[in-house]
Amino acid sequence: MTTLIVITILGPLMASSLGILARSREGVRDALTLTGLASAALAAVLLLIRVQEEGTVVLRVGDWSPELGIVLVADLFAALVLPIALVIILVVEIFAIGQRRSAWGANPELAGPLLGVLTSGVSLAILTGDLFTLFVAFEMILVSSYILLTHQGQRDQIRAGMTYVVINLLASTLFLFGVAYIYAATGTVNIALLAQRVPELSSGVRIGVGAWFLVVFGTKAAIFPLFSWLPDSYPTAPTTITAVFAGLLTKIGIYAIIRFHTLTGMDELGPIMLAIAAVTMVVGALGALAQNDVKRILSFHVVSQIGYMLMGLGLFTTAGTTGAILFLLHHMPVKTVLFLVGALIENEQGTSRLDRAGALASRRPIIALFFAIPALSLAGLPPFSGFIAKFAVISAGIDASSTILVIVALGAGALTLLSMSKIWMGVFWGPANEGIVRTQPSKASRSTMLTATGLAIAGTVAISLFAGTVADLSSRAAIELRDGVSYIEDVGS
Amino acid sequence: MSIALLAAIGGLTAVGVYLITARSLSRIILGFSLLGHATVLALLTAGGPAGDAPIADRTTAADASNPVPQALALTAIVISFGLTLFLLALARRQQDHTGDDLVEDDLEDRRVAQDIDEPVMESP
Repeated sequence: MTTLIVITILGPLMASSLGILARSREGVRDALTLTGLASAALAAVLLLIRVQEEGTVVLRVGDWSPELGIVLVADLFAALVLPIALVIILVVEIFAIGQRRSAWGANPELAGPLLGVLTSGVSLAILTGDLFTLFVAFEMILVSSYILLTHQGQRDQIRAGMTYVVINLLASTLFLFGVAYIYAATGTVNIALLAQRVPELSSGVRIGVGAWFLVVFGTKAAIFPLFSWLPDSYPTAPTTITAVFAGLLTKIGIYAIIRFHTLTGMDELGPIMLAIAAVTMVVGALGALAQNDVKRILSFHVVSQIGYMLMGLGLFTTAGTTGAILFLLHHMPVKTVLFLVGALIENEQGTSRLDRAGALASRRPIIALFFAIPALSLAGLPPFSGFIAKFAVISAGIDASSTILVIVALGAGALTLLSMSKIWMGVFWGPANEGIVRTQPSKASRSTMLTATGLAIAGTVAISLFAGTVADLSSRAAIELRDGVSYIEDVGS
Repeated sequence: MSIALLAAIGGLTAVGVYLITARSLSRIILGFSLLGHATVLALLTAGGPAGDAPIADRTTAADASNPVPQALALTAIVISFGLTLFLLALARRQQDHTGDDLVEDDLEDRRVAQDIDEPVMESP
């Protein structure tokens, strides 16, 4: 069964290495990329089925002991996040292949293979059982994201890319310092061993390490006040690339915070996390209101939604962690779909600016429908997945009697709905702008894009249909994480 | 010995942080190189006192220095090497566009600055 773990990491990586060799042959390259991504996604789904029936799967690479070697751990939390992440990337790649001919697409010779490296990094980050491999996985993700962001070499991309690269490099440097500190304090970087040894440290060192890693992972996750790089850089990338970034990259940061801070029992950091969460939600939602471009509004929403996940985690109760996991599972596909719809709008209108687009609802009602479902879901309206996730986080907040936080969360939800209606009025209603230059995608390419988006929306609706199962699994994963004993036993020492 | 290493880490970090606050990307690159050296030294210091080279048949486990931080440091060096090259390429491309390698203000900052310079007139 450990083979499945290997496929999720090496499948996309091998496909992308071969894909770069065959980069000038379009058919071969696309087939390789799709095979790599699809095999990884399939392996992740099988892994989830296996893990939820029979418990954690552990792979000790090279059979080294956890003190010395790399350990890959598929516990329930990892197994839940992994298939959703990999299926998202697969859908975006199908969309990108459909979009190939339009002016908005990324350079296909590079984008496909680099997406494979990014996928491999995402799998490694989710499955890894030690902090240093997590650093390497982050670097795999970041390096491919640097190139994906800047490879077209346009002026805006280079300008935003410089900020993005510098901020993330600084976070990586801090990550390495953190690894050195934690190794000096405990003599290990293995998360299972850290879960045993960190609680034994003196409280000053323990909280220092926890706060240090909150800053490191928080920069990747774009929490307040470390978020300003995100709304500036994401909208400049080709929209399909932004869809992957928005759906996955910040979420990997939040994933790392959830895993590290619950397993090492950093409950004292809870109040700080809750304060940060509240400000993140409000600042993101207010920032979105001030924008006049679809991609920039959606980028600010990424920041706002991170606040909800941090709120669930910061409560440090089982219900709160369950809510954070549920929110993570709901948010990844919904956010990606919204950016894919943004790409559809760009294709139809030639722009994603609100004042220049208009009257799309009458011309392409299907795109309006595709926007409405995830937008309402993101704002947290029933019966969509966002409602279930937001309900779980907020009811956990009520249980922990954090009244102020609950009010802030509900207010930020209302602001999100307001900026979504701003997009709706600007793009789907309003006067049509005749002066715009439309790119005319061929019929086949348009239907591929619509199918990919439709599939992803079906996926988000499926999450709300099977909400009971997903909530059960999330709560089991939360109990495992907060308890920590089974994780430590499974990894062994 | 350890004090000397710690002082080196502190010095490298201080100079590195000073350099990455600069506007010019070439200074930022130099800053990150120094910070990279500081992290490598920090990892090595975290491994405890130095000993013999940790090769299986040349020394005993008690005399050898800790090999794990060395492996981590080596990986970190390789990654920072690759990233330095990428940053240099980015600086080169920025020079193609603007003639220099300065990091520019982001869009939001420029908008706010514009609003302060030319306040939006209320329509009568």
